[in-house]
Amino acid sequence: MSDVRSCRLWPVGGVADMSRHTLSVLVENKPGVLARVSALFSRRGFNIDSLAVGPTEHSDVSRMTIVVNVEVLPLEQVTKQLNKLVNVLKVVELDSDAAVQRELLLVKVKADQAVRSQVLEIVQVFRAKVVDVAPDAVTTEVTGTADKLDAFIRVLEPYGIRELVQSGVVAVGRGARSITDRSLRSVERSA
Amino acid sequence: MERLTGAQAMVRALEELDAQVIFGIPGGAILPAYDPIFDSTRLRHILVRHEQGAGHAATGYAQATGRVGYCIATSGPGATNLVTPIADAYMDSVPLVAITGQVPSPAIGTDAFQEADICGITMPITKHNFLVQDAADIPRTLAEAQHIASTGRPGPVLVDIAKDALQASMDFSWPVEMQLPGYRPAAKPHGKQVREAARLMVDAKRPVLYVGGGVLKAHAAEELRKLAELSGIPVVTTLMARGAFPDSHPQHLGMPGMHGAVAAVAALQRSDLLIALGARFDDRVTGKLSSFAPGATVVHADIDPAEISKNRTADVPIVGDVREVIADLVVALEAEHEAGRQGDYAAWWKQCNGWRSTYPLGYDEHEDGTLVPQYVIDRLGKICGPDTVIVAGVGQHQMWASQFISYEKPYTWINSGGLGTMGFAVPAAMGAKVGRPDALVWAVDGDGCFQMTNQELTTCAIEGIPIKVAIINNQSLGMVRQWQTLFYEGRYSNTDLKAGRSQYLPDFVMLAEAMGCVGLRCDNAQDVDATIEKAMAVNDAPVVVDFVVGKDAMVWPMVAAGTSNDDIKIARESAPDFDYEMGEVVGDE
Repeated sequence: MSDVRSCRLWPVGGVADMSRHTLSVLVENKPGVLARVSALFSRRGFNIDSLAVGPTEHSDVSRMTIVVNVEVLPLEQVTKQLNKLVNVLKVVELDSDAAVQRELLLVKVKADQAVRSQVLEIVQVFRAKVVDVAPDAVTTEVTGTADKLDAFIRVLEPYGIRELVQSGVVAVGRGARSITDRSLRSVERSA
Repeated sequence: MERLTGAQAMVRALEELDAQVIFGIPGGAILPAYDPIFDSTRLRHILVRHEQGAGHAATGYAQATGRVGYCIATSGPGATNLVTPIADAYMDSVPLVAITGQVPSPAIGTDAFQEADICGITMPITKHNFLVQDAADIPRTLAEAQHIASTGRPGPVLVDIAKDALQASMDFSWPVEMQLPGYRPAAKPHGKQVREAARLMVDAKRPVLYVGGGVLKAHAAEELRKLAELSGIPVVTTLMARGAFPDSHPQHLGMPGMHGAVAAVAALQRSDLLIALGARFDDRVTGKLSSFAPGATVVHADIDPAEISKNRTADVPIVGDVREVIADLVVALEAEHEAGRQGDYAAWWKQCNGWRSTYPLGYDEHEDGTLVPQYVIDRLGKICGPDTVIVAGVGQHQMWASQFISYEKPYTWINSGGLGTMGFAVPAAMGAKVGRPDALVWAVDGDGCFQMTNQELTTCAIEGIPIKVAIINNQSLGMVRQWQTLFYEGRYSNTDLKAGRSQYLPDFVMLAEAMGCVGLRCDNAQDVDATIEKAMAVNDAPVVVDFVVGKDAMVWPMVAAGTSNDDIKIARESAPDFDYEMGEVVGDE
């Protein structure tokens, strides 16, 4: 059984799901924390759409961005259960209107000489970047919201997608406030 | 600062933490730790026969004393044998620290001899767990483990220590500073919520105090009694809360749930206000959730925020230590009373008393003349008295022990409620007796359960732990058999433990004697009292009494799994009528 129960497979069609929520989870940077979080989701039967984890401005703290697909009541249960994990410092739900959300997509498209210019035109329109060129393919990089990435994939599909890899969503709240301030202080105190 | 090995530091830390007792079995990876254990005068190690016994003994110890229970095992199979008691402790919120040896750090992940990823295995059944690979981390980690296990909502914590960390040298100093920035057990109960709850209590017409095991964990029995008597509200105590409120108290309606008293079940179903205190709306209490207490407003107090509104939405959530919550409720309720607002539950009490007098707990004689198990348990409770600690296994005997023994004091009833672990009784009774050597400790066990863990009686005999065991021997897996009677047309697939043979198999009296215990047998009602008294007279050895009982006895009342509490049966084809009773009582006026 996989830890991540449902991975979003492309294309999703860009229909906004009302029960999709983005959680920012600050965790202690310790071995096994990712396993604890993902195991909690699978054990309690919550669906993860995507999960991205990386370092923060504080070396002892990692930040996970988890997109979950649940109704409001189970969401409350998810956050309460997450808060119970000893290595979890803070859980914040980011409202999609008040947060910047980005995904990264790398896609390798068939592009021989006959269609290469068309493909490059699409790359430009989407403000994507070409990161590798071969005689019969180009690899491009694009960041944006899920909708934008889905649209990009749909437009490239007719040319033949050879390979595709996508990151989970990372998100940060808009404005000057930081969710890390207070929890980081408590880490510093105990360190 | 002292230069110690990791193993010495482990034992020193356990001494400093006042662990006092640890149940375990040595083996390869944990062997370094056993050398300093050999020398310790402040830490008693009890050598069990199976690691599962160590875990349940630590649980019995913790449940009887309120202290943290400790167990220790080696890597691989030693550690995996602890999985069942750890899961058991997790479900029943028992403060338990399990220490396991792990293969040396360089060998971790290589499928080394006796390697098991016990941290991975126990992740979903521990409150937290640690893998320690540096000797210097051992004392701090043990302090953190004890702190996490015993604070907030208690639970099991596993500390897995690599063998090389036990062997390495480190600088020991005490006390240690814990590093748990993400661990914040619940805050103080919210005053506004408490006042709202008190207001609802005086306004309600049909309130019930729904008391769960959290009240015992919080040592709040005194406060509960105060609240109950101040409010005059009926009380029900769940399987995990038996003893939190005296059974003989006139406000006690009994245990609710699948095998609860009719009055307790009916009161919950018909209540207009549930005050849930340290309870978790478990399916064995609620029956079919959507039809549970349909007319009730819910006040839910628990130390674990995740329990609130998990199964049943709470109208008034109160997060906090339930002892503080109840104390605050008493103050808020007194304020309501002073302001002239008093609950009027006279009509409600009439209804509850009607249920109580019409549908008392009871049992029938057996037509074939075999010994009635409920009678045995009933007599045991009466002869032993209210200071006896009763430890049950899981199944029919457990339900009867909960129903027919009167629990007057907290911590006199220990059982496996959430996980329902057969084999719990003997080792848990051993742990309880170690924790409270002056108390009379009786395990009430089934013959199925007893055959899972009875080897710990040898431990009891060797270590001088004189527990008493009443085997309610119906020669079958009784509760499963009951379900086969009720739901599988009496097709008794694999529940007859003797497969129709007539001799005693095993002969529990001989088995007991083989393990250094006194063995007694009783198969008729006339001898029950004398046999119990004979068992009570033995104080220098464990005693096992084989009560040979009829196999057709069933546990009633019963709410069949997945059905509504409204469909409770008091016998096979007999259901109480909650409303008829109400009409009759009203008609009396």
